[in-house]
Amino acid sequence: MKKSVFTNPTLPYLLLFPQMAIIAVFFLWPAAEAIWSSFFILDPFFGNATFVGFENYTDAVTRSDYQRTAIFTFWFTFFVAFLSLAIGLMLAVSADRVLRGKSAYKTLLMWVYAIAPPVAGLIGIMLFDQHIGPLVKFAAFFGWELQVGVSYFDTAFAMTTVATWKQIPYNFIFFLSGLQSIPSSVKEAAAIDCRSEMRRFWTITFPLLAPTSFFLLILNITYAFFETFGVIDLMVKGEPGNNPVTLVYKVFQDGFRGLDVGGSAAQSVILMICVLALTVVQFRLIERRVHYG
Amino acid sequence: MFRKTLLAAAGAAFVAGSASAQTEITWWHAMGGALGEAVNEIAKRFNESQSDYVITPVYKGNYEETLTATIAAFRAGEQPNIVQVFEAGAATLMGADGAVVPVEDLLKANDVPFDINDYISGVRYFYADDSGKMVGMPFNSSTPILYYNVEALEQAGVTPPKTWEEFAEVTAPALKEAGYVPAAQSHLPWIFTENFFSRHNLQFATENNGYGEGTPEILINNDAIKAHFTAVKDWVDAGLFGYYGAGWSDNQAPFENQEVAMWMGSSASFGGLKQSADFDFSATYLPYWEAVTSEPTNTFIGGAALWALTGHESDEEKATAEFFNFLSSPEMQFFWHQETGYVPITTAAYDLAKSEGWYEETPQAEIGIQQLSLPGGDWTKGYRLGFYVQIRDVMNREYGRIMAGEATVDEAFEVIERESNQLLERFAKTSG
Repeated sequence: MKKSVFTNPTLPYLLLFPQMAIIAVFFLWPAAEAIWSSFFILDPFFGNATFVGFENYTDAVTRSDYQRTAIFTFWFTFFVAFLSLAIGLMLAVSADRVLRGKSAYKTLLMWVYAIAPPVAGLIGIMLFDQHIGPLVKFAAFFGWELQVGVSYFDTAFAMTTVATWKQIPYNFIFFLSGLQSIPSSVKEAAAIDCRSEMRRFWTITFPLLAPTSFFLLILNITYAFFETFGVIDLMVKGEPGNNPVTLVYKVFQDGFRGLDVGGSAAQSVILMICVLALTVVQFRLIERRVHYG
Repeated sequence: MFRKTLLAAAGAAFVAGSASAQTEITWWHAMGGALGEAVNEIAKRFNESQSDYVITPVYKGNYEETLTATIAAFRAGEQPNIVQVFEAGAATLMGADGAVVPVEDLLKANDVPFDINDYISGVRYFYADDSGKMVGMPFNSSTPILYYNVEALEQAGVTPPKTWEEFAEVTAPALKEAGYVPAAQSHLPWIFTENFFSRHNLQFATENNGYGEGTPEILINNDAIKAHFTAVKDWVDAGLFGYYGAGWSDNQAPFENQEVAMWMGSSASFGGLKQSADFDFSATYLPYWEAVTSEPTNTFIGGAALWALTGHESDEEKATAEFFNFLSSPEMQFFWHQETGYVPITTAAYDLAKSEGWYEETPQAEIGIQQLSLPGGDWTKGYRLGFYVQIRDVMNREYGRIMAGEATVDEAFEVIERESNQLLERFAKTSG
């Protein structure tokens, strides 16, 4: 293969400039500001700052609910990412096999994705409402007294369900197109060699889907971490109380609701480090196993 | 056609030009829905009442959002003249030295007559500084009261409870027998904490409930309130009390659906209840514990005040002062009281409401102001604590843990005390 070489040494930098400018303005600058603020306690009105060293960090992590929030965030992210990927894949495989009325199925399954997160949150609240929610009545049928907003576990369950439901169609779309890009010759050859459909899926189809799956894994973790904010905000109805919230929500809660700029900045720096570590792990460990065809 | 449009545009420009001779001020508020309409009506009447000033009300979302927007605007140098900030945000605003022009100074500097004794006692010093100077202008003031379903209580053969002892021994068992959840409430920090302290005249925080100069410490970890929460938890377990989470409406809805017989909410809930409840309801004072006091005192107000922000020209400050004068007139206060259920803040307005026969029509509307006018004590003027929104969040969380059985009352109150004091200490550092 012929390598293309830039003859003008400044050209690549020039071409990179717009992207770098965006990163600088929307990431580097705010991140630097957050790191700076995290060492001060600030008066929100005038920005008068008192230097406190690492006090914001120790205050944040020694708060009794910090650990609980971190543990919830971990399990919430795990379940939302895992369930929405698994169900999305299952639906995609099923839809891929359907011959008649294919587009009708596809459209119906993708529909949910068009719902804006606040609306999805509202629908979720209605379904799980203590007084009128049909899902609460359904659970009561099995003897489960579902009390969203009162029981920590029940609220966590409702949040996970709504957040997962919202993400399934997204995964479905990508998995379906991934499945359709697998050459039929490969599938036919496999069908001759092996009768077990299950085995064919795990040994042939699934590995060929790996690039799609890896891409979706990263996107889903990001989704569960950051983008579920709207759903959570609506489900706790502005009064977090004893409800489970994610770390991102807590940053918002302390910073914007509580106006504790320094404390909130320290929490977001901790979060930034966690996400950085997670990304390194994902690319170092998992991507090595992904085979790009 | 085109010519017509041009003419119209020129006409509009002319009108706008002549209007700019007037002094324009803006008022950011947090009143949505029907309350927002009442706010707009007040502004409209002020604008029509004179020709020198024009006020423009702007809705900025809920209380927290309005405060956040104000701070952002302040830092950009584009703050409104008047902003509505709620009781839990008062310390943040007053802690920022030089952000607010005290209303008493503003009125006096602009030759508007002002006497703090015109205001009813429960409202008078709530937004004042340590020396008793009024800083924020009380606007929408409410207080927690007990609403009850008249038919439910008749059916059970009981009257609304005066004390919690009566509730536990007589009212609640009878209501349960009649097939109701006896009672619920909508805001544990406000109704069962802050107002628990004022109703029983207990000190809530050191440094004169936080009004003083030093860093206050919260005095929440005391036996009286712990006994109250122990009792509430027992009632919840025995089906004598309903707890539906920290959300306001989740607790109000079962009262409206007639599942819950008595509900503690805001005196300002009256207007909404009148529309949503299709049964006969009435209201009375918040119960108290006879074991704690035999002379129950007045409750605190909740709601918000209007604050004049610094950084404006003197003619705009004059306009703000004139508007405050207009707003506190008996006629406007009576209008606001009637439309919303918030209490009238001056004695003159209260007298006007009485003479107009408003309370003969709707006796429930008087409960709030009567309860605020009960004899007071050393600790019933109010409280001022920084980072109070977060302190309330801690309370709500720990109370939720008590109700869910995840923590004992002792454990929960210890956490509230420790984390509140940690927050208060942090807040002390924000003002340098």
